[in-house]
Amino acid sequence: MSFFKKLKEKFSGDTADQQEAQPETYKEGLSKTRGSFSSKINDLVARYRKVDEDFFEDLEEILISADVGVTAVMDLIDELKMEVKRKNIKDSREMKEVISEKLVEIYYGEKDGDTAKLQLNEEGLSVILFVGVNGVGKTTTIGKMAHQLKQEGKKVIMAAGDTFRAGAIEQLEVWGERAGVDVIKHNAGSDPAAVVYDGIQAARSRGADVLLCDTAGRLQNKVNLMNELAKVKKVISREVPDGPQEVLLVLDATTGQNAMSQAKTFSEATDVSGIVLTKLDGTAKGGIVLAIRNELQIPVKYVGLGEKVTDLQTFDAHAFVYGLFADMLEEETS
Amino acid sequence: MAFEGLAERLQGTIQRIKGKGKVTEQDVKEMTREVRLALLEADVNFKVVKDFVKRIKERAVGQEVMESLTPGQQVIKVVRDELTELMGGEQSKIAVADRPPTVIMMVGLQGAGKTTTTGKLANLLRKKYNRNPLLVAADVYRPAAIDQLETLGKQLSMPVFSLGTDANPVDIANQAIEQAKAEHQDYVIIDTAGRLHVDNELMDELDQIKSNVKPDEIFLVVDAMTGQDAVNVAESFNEQLDVTGVVLTKLDGDTRGGAALSIKAVTDKPIKFAGMGEKLDELEAFHPERMASRILGMGDVLSLIEKAQDTVDENKAKELEEKMRSASFTFDDFLEQMGQVRNMGPLEDLIGMLPGANKMKGLKNVQFDEKQLAHVEAIIQSMTKQERQDPGVMNASRKKRIAKGAGRSVSEVNRLLKQFEEMKKMMKQMTNMQKGKKGKGMKFPFM
Repeated sequence: MSFFKKLKEKFSGDTADQQEAQPETYKEGLSKTRGSFSSKINDLVARYRKVDEDFFEDLEEILISADVGVTAVMDLIDELKMEVKRKNIKDSREMKEVISEKLVEIYYGEKDGDTAKLQLNEEGLSVILFVGVNGVGKTTTIGKMAHQLKQEGKKVIMAAGDTFRAGAIEQLEVWGERAGVDVIKHNAGSDPAAVVYDGIQAARSRGADVLLCDTAGRLQNKVNLMNELAKVKKVISREVPDGPQEVLLVLDATTGQNAMSQAKTFSEATDVSGIVLTKLDGTAKGGIVLAIRNELQIPVKYVGLGEKVTDLQTFDAHAFVYGLFADMLEEETS
Repeated sequence: MAFEGLAERLQGTIQRIKGKGKVTEQDVKEMTREVRLALLEADVNFKVVKDFVKRIKERAVGQEVMESLTPGQQVIKVVRDELTELMGGEQSKIAVADRPPTVIMMVGLQGAGKTTTTGKLANLLRKKYNRNPLLVAADVYRPAAIDQLETLGKQLSMPVFSLGTDANPVDIANQAIEQAKAEHQDYVIIDTAGRLHVDNELMDELDQIKSNVKPDEIFLVVDAMTGQDAVNVAESFNEQLDVTGVVLTKLDGDTRGGAALSIKAVTDKPIKFAGMGEKLDELEAFHPERMASRILGMGDVLSLIEKAQDTVDENKAKELEEKMRSASFTFDDFLEQMGQVRNMGPLEDLIGMLPGANKMKGLKNVQFDEKQLAHVEAIIQSMTKQERQDPGVMNASRKKRIAKGAGRSVSEVNRLLKQFEEMKKMMKQMTNMQKGKKGKGMKFPFM
């Protein structure tokens, strides 16, 4: 079923039991929002029988409070208003469909298809480079992904490229032990590009399928550190044909509008191919990825929904959009 | 920075008002709308923005703005004043217990920077207050969190208390305080594990630690890049633990940091410190008025001045001024001056602190190439003493030698010489002019 159709159903409440079909973790992650989504959106709609300024103001607030970003929200609201005029919509119930259509547009644009899948080589070594600012959960994400890839029967190796932060190498090693995956490391303070280079050589000689490269967290406005990252990527491109197969930007869902700046700058340095949105099990919505997707065409590939190994899930756009509204709907009924 | 500051946002409205004798209600409405957008783009929570804008409106409709000759600037001033006031005065003091040890508990979400801040705070306590802190590794959940604190302890040559990952954090905290008493350590900083504010089980654990160790300070550590969710996080932690202060981390990034306002608004607890870098001495007192300017995208001139004061030797500056006046400014002086500027930190950081710098065409996306500076330095260092004092002796063979020595081209040497001469001329003009006419502005060869 297409995302579009799914979402439509969500909004129109055609399939009340759709809720149950949601992935278990998503439901857990969004535990505060259990109960019937469709009945809640109906409540919202009932509150505003008319599609008027109040209705739009409320919608605007929902989206802003989800960190979608004020410019993107304004654009969306403007488009919705036009749509309302054109279709001569007066009843808020008709709005459900229009809103869902627009949200789909924001995320998918003209493109379609499975954007969440990792693009790995069928044969030979694939390299995944992880980048991001400090404290977003890069090392944890790598640990979880190593575990999952191994479960899928792949031979995985990790390179401890965060040679800067105290304890980062040890942290990756713990994950390596848990997942039963080898970790290639140098001493703290050594050149990350050299670690990654060694990682590639080790992965080759041990016949690994995937090499996961950790890097130190860095704020995107530190030019020297961004140059260092570009160098790491260059080493991978030189050593592995078409490598790195994926450059994943790890974003913390609690981050606000600065995430756009992160996405832009990290893309410039390393040509980011996908996003891992972490810490989505809190109350933050990470709505900025909609704007990032819209502006920079970078898709979300994974979401982090907790601390367990299994809490790294492939991105499900309809569940995500649902999450954007969930809290607000709760408020409406209470 | 991708966002427009408030000043730029208000430009359009102000242009329109300029021609009119009076500011209308409609103008005020437009201006408050811009204020709202600027704050939202800076990640201030929308509910906080709502309240804030309401207050601004009241003041802005008042005589203060309406009758002002420069309503635009007046609005900005009102907004900044209100913001500063809301964020409270400067409060970087740390509690001292009547009977040592003073206990500080660090709490917050995962990845906010608790462990790093623990290290920085300990460093500050020792450096500034001459204290003797014990660091406590109570994060038993995140892999290698204890290693991280131990590494920091080693870097600081400070003791770290840990009982491994199998111990209960409450026991760890209790025993740590016993040890601090026995070893006469006057501060105990407990680094707790990051947790979600909606994780009841782990929040209860913090509660237990709190009721056991009765901390004198509970610092909520928050990432400055946090978006709308900052209110939820701060509210929950504060409700559960009644925190005593906030530490804002990663402020050395390019975020506007509107979270600061959100947090302050919902908790009414002082923001005490700001994390300004990855090094252990980069924890600074929090300055509300600077934060207000930053949220509004108006640059941070005060920090810049302070940085300059920190790094520029005042006597040397006076000497330099004298030299500029007498036009005896040499390449040696230039080299020294450049060194001082570089000591202040990466150039783009400095530029970022200038108001409106991110709007200036030439500066907006300039990636300041530190290499360029190094080249200039290399060229000067390849000159003889005589050449540095008196560039007039320069001839083709000297230039060739310098270029070779510096590993640059002769044309680069020429360019530097020319710019240096122009700079000298300008200095002369400036000091001659004294007041009145504006100079063309100094242009350093590396800009």
